[in-house]
Amino acid sequence: MTSEHINVDDLLLAHAAGRLPEPVGLVVATHLALAPQRLATYREYEAFGGAMLEELSPVELSAGAFDRLMARLDDDAEPITTRDAGRGRAAHDPDVPAPLRPYVRGRLADLPWKHYGSVSEAKLPLDESVYRTRLILLKAGKAVPKHTHDGQEITVVLKGAFNDGIGHYGRGEIAIADAHVDHQPVAEAGEDCLCLTVTDAPLRLTGTFSRFLNPFLRF
Amino acid sequence: MQFKGRMNGSKSPADLALLDDIEKVAVDRDRDAFGRLYGFYAPRIAAYLRRVGARNDAAEDLAQEVLLSVWRRAHQFDPQKAALSTWVYTIARNKRIDALRRERHPEFDLDDPTMEEAEAPRGDTYTETEMVKDEIRTAIASLPHEQAQLLRIFYFEDKTHSVIADELGLPLGTVKSRLRLAVAKLRSLLEGVG
Repeated sequence: MTSEHINVDDLLLAHAAGRLPEPVGLVVATHLALAPQRLATYREYEAFGGAMLEELSPVELSAGAFDRLMARLDDDAEPITTRDAGRGRAAHDPDVPAPLRPYVRGRLADLPWKHYGSVSEAKLPLDESVYRTRLILLKAGKAVPKHTHDGQEITVVLKGAFNDGIGHYGRGEIAIADAHVDHQPVAEAGEDCLCLTVTDAPLRLTGTFSRFLNPFLRF
Repeated sequence: MQFKGRMNGSKSPADLALLDDIEKVAVDRDRDAFGRLYGFYAPRIAAYLRRVGARNDAAEDLAQEVLLSVWRRAHQFDPQKAALSTWVYTIARNKRIDALRRERHPEFDLDDPTMEEAEAPRGDTYTETEMVKDEIRTAIASLPHEQAQLLRIFYFEDKTHSVIADELGLPLGTVKSRLRLAVAKLRSLLEGVG
């Protein structure tokens, strides 16, 4: 792994430092929810932030700032048991891990799926000015058309597994395809593969066939 | 009300006092204890927010919001899971992203105790505690200057790798590899701690 290529550890560090754009952060949070063995590393990275926060030179706050805050506490209701309590009670799909729920809201089947042969995709409601955030469902044993990237494609597996000729990725694992990676993800036989995928630039088809079948063409 | 906060550095005894204070806030809604937490954290959070790009008044307003979250969510703080400073840091980080980038910071557990399945087991080799946090501070202090400097920039300045590289007069690849070196060094120093 050269320094030119980012890896999952880089993503964990950047997320802990608050540096990731929301779509990429969503991939990392989903990874952490499904691969709790990575939590120790992530918490360690957050602890770097906590340790360095303590060492910052304190800045002087304006006179009266504390009193104003105390006045707000007077108006404050009882502590909120959980800000997102409603979310936990809402019906949700077992294939949708917690970080994705605010974006999926309800059942997977209710998303605006578009079907392209053995590949289906549903856009998630995130800002699209730089990144495109999609759920991709690949039928068991089927392939996404071969493609390469100008930018990056970061994918986390929610269900099933796929192999792209470079690696095998199971539930919770992150696949990072950098610029120039030419790959063709194939879902493992036996189970459909559901992924969350974020791309930051158009894909280029490298196969000789089926421009019309390629769901990525519109990217 | 005149507030008397702690402005000195935090060695472990002070950390223990602040841990006491957060519990008093959680259990008794103790305002004096909250005042001490404010005294230590608000000026540092404001410093953090200024460094990541908030104007002075915005940094102060946001620091107040962070402390308000500390007040409201004190019962959610779990000293077994994170050092107090780390917990406060994550609240400040998320508020900053909400406010300055108008985005969410996706969280892996959404801080929601009703989601039992999201309650992930902790890693088996590392338990973060106040003591470990002190070890981290010591470890960061022992890094070569240029590595510690880069780590601080990475966490506390809202600059892309390219801008950081320009400002430090380094090739982009060097910035990335130096950051990885710093993290690898810290992790090796911390191995077995906790």
